[in-house]
Amino acid sequence: MLQAQSKRYGERAIKWLLALCAVLSVLTTTAIVISLLGPTIGFFEIVSAKEFFFEVDWTPQFQPPSFGVLSIVAGTLNVALWAMLFAIPIGLGSAVYLSEYASPRVRKTIKPALEVLVGIPTVAIGIFAVSFLLPHLIVPLWPGDFLGGAEGKPFMALAASLGIGLMVVPIIASLSDDAMRAVPRGLHEGAYALGATKAKVATKVVFPAALSGIVASIVLAISRAVGETMIVVIAGGSTPKFTLNPVESIQAMTSYIATTATGDISTGTVDYKSVFAVGAVLFVMTLIMNVVSIRLVRRYREVYE
Amino acid sequence: MEAGGASASRNRLAVAGARATTEAMLRDQPRGDVIRNTVFAGLLLLAVAIALAGLAALLIQAFVRGSSALSLDLLNNPPSTAFPDKAGYRPAILGSLELIAGVVLFVVPVGVGAAIYLEEYADKTRWWNKLIEVNIQNLAAVPSIIYGILGLAFIVRGPLDLGFILVAGSLTLALLVLPMVIIASREALRAVPDSIRQGSLALGATQWQTIRRQVLPASIPGIATGVILAVSRALGETAPLLLVGATVFVTFDPTPLGTDGYSAMPVQIFNYALRPQDEFQTLAFAGVIVMLVVLLAMNSFAIWLRNRYEKRW
Repeated sequence: MLQAQSKRYGERAIKWLLALCAVLSVLTTTAIVISLLGPTIGFFEIVSAKEFFFEVDWTPQFQPPSFGVLSIVAGTLNVALWAMLFAIPIGLGSAVYLSEYASPRVRKTIKPALEVLVGIPTVAIGIFAVSFLLPHLIVPLWPGDFLGGAEGKPFMALAASLGIGLMVVPIIASLSDDAMRAVPRGLHEGAYALGATKAKVATKVVFPAALSGIVASIVLAISRAVGETMIVVIAGGSTPKFTLNPVESIQAMTSYIATTATGDISTGTVDYKSVFAVGAVLFVMTLIMNVVSIRLVRRYREVYE
Repeated sequence: MEAGGASASRNRLAVAGARATTEAMLRDQPRGDVIRNTVFAGLLLLAVAIALAGLAALLIQAFVRGSSALSLDLLNNPPSTAFPDKAGYRPAILGSLELIAGVVLFVVPVGVGAAIYLEEYADKTRWWNKLIEVNIQNLAAVPSIIYGILGLAFIVRGPLDLGFILVAGSLTLALLVLPMVIIASREALRAVPDSIRQGSLALGATQWQTIRRQVLPASIPGIATGVILAVSRALGETAPLLLVGATVFVTFDPTPLGTDGYSAMPVQIFNYALRPQDEFQTLAFAGVIVMLVVLLAMNSFAIWLRNRYEKRW
């Protein structure tokens, strides 16, 4: 009776075929690492690591060119920082509202409406940022000449930041809402029974209990903000600057890659290799954040499942 | 009868007493707490309102600025720099459709296959299966531009060496959304209760027969939802396509293997948006409207599908 298993070669072939599909994902990662590594090594044969990592002039088009990656890293961080200052309070506020205050019916309308934002192409958000948020929101509200003033600037980090902020709000709201709803009902009810108000239950009981899930959602949102390309290409400008000033035109790592590595770039030039070196920096930055986020999610799952 | 009546009225008394006490306590809550509670609720509502206002503003702006260019010509004419009033999106729309067809052909078998392996076959305590799992979660969050670099160095050039053809773009987008499809399919498979599998195995079916005839049919709505969401993500992606050769001035209908170039809807929108003239801006917004309508329809269909066919076991 039990010997039947071993003779079914078809069954085994299917299992291996399916395993191959799963292994393909590991091969994708390997391929990413290999394709970044080769040209990056080539790049460092031409440009010293000291210049790349410690200088602040990013002028590949000058003669002689200078490759100080810090200024486009600063561009990325500039955009991500202001995006998060907007998205974290809005996203967390929405999450607390959805999980603690909203009635099931309101929740069922608001959550999908917020998630629509995730599905909007980033090109559309970029255009919205540069043609609406910048002239009709940032310029009128910006306090005069503060930090150099916002008037008359066609591109700036802050416009890209607000666009990206809008894009990641649903990520924070949706994932944090899930984390807070995973907190056992008993904790809520215990707190209510002791006479706590709704605000106290939300901030002192539910929020701390769901903290690792909430932090994971924020880390994931930062990773998305750092990796976002089209919004910074369209709204952020193309002038590498070592600054965190939100009303400056900047260049982010992603926008350097997207504007340099278009179809007609010739292989083997320093410019071509610099794209991969910048890509490698970007990949490592987001990889660290993703691993942190995955770890945190797993931890909170272990507690409450 | 009488005893019962007495206990019922005693109960009622006790409940009324408890309620009175609780209400008195609540009224005695420090005034600061009540105010803070109201202010807090107001701030939360404000947060939700800002997020929704952003979404509404985006939709309204696109419609106000783009609707004047909406016509069949917009869908049917090739792009043109000289005559913006006659320019349209035809090669870009065809390019996007072909790209998406390629994505589906690749991502459905591979994604669902990987999900079946991980859910039905893999021993989750083994390190290699754990590695695959963490790897997929990480891939889902790798920036799309990195996939563009992968496409450029591995598919367009390098090992596969396909050149700047549409199929290379398709493969790049497929790799980008593969983790999404795997994760969604796994969730759909996991939702099928074990009793179904055990029932089938107990009747003498093999593992693959069980999967093909019982588990897979039951999870198709969930898988389809995941695939639609992944496809709509691929449809809206621009950045990786810029690196793998989607050019903007394709005035003919693109073919999958043609070496003369191809275009895609978001890339064409991006190009129109970069031009300062009002006519091109209007064209860009009209393109945004077309994309938003298509994407919203796809996403709503996915949500409807999930709700309609979601089985409760």
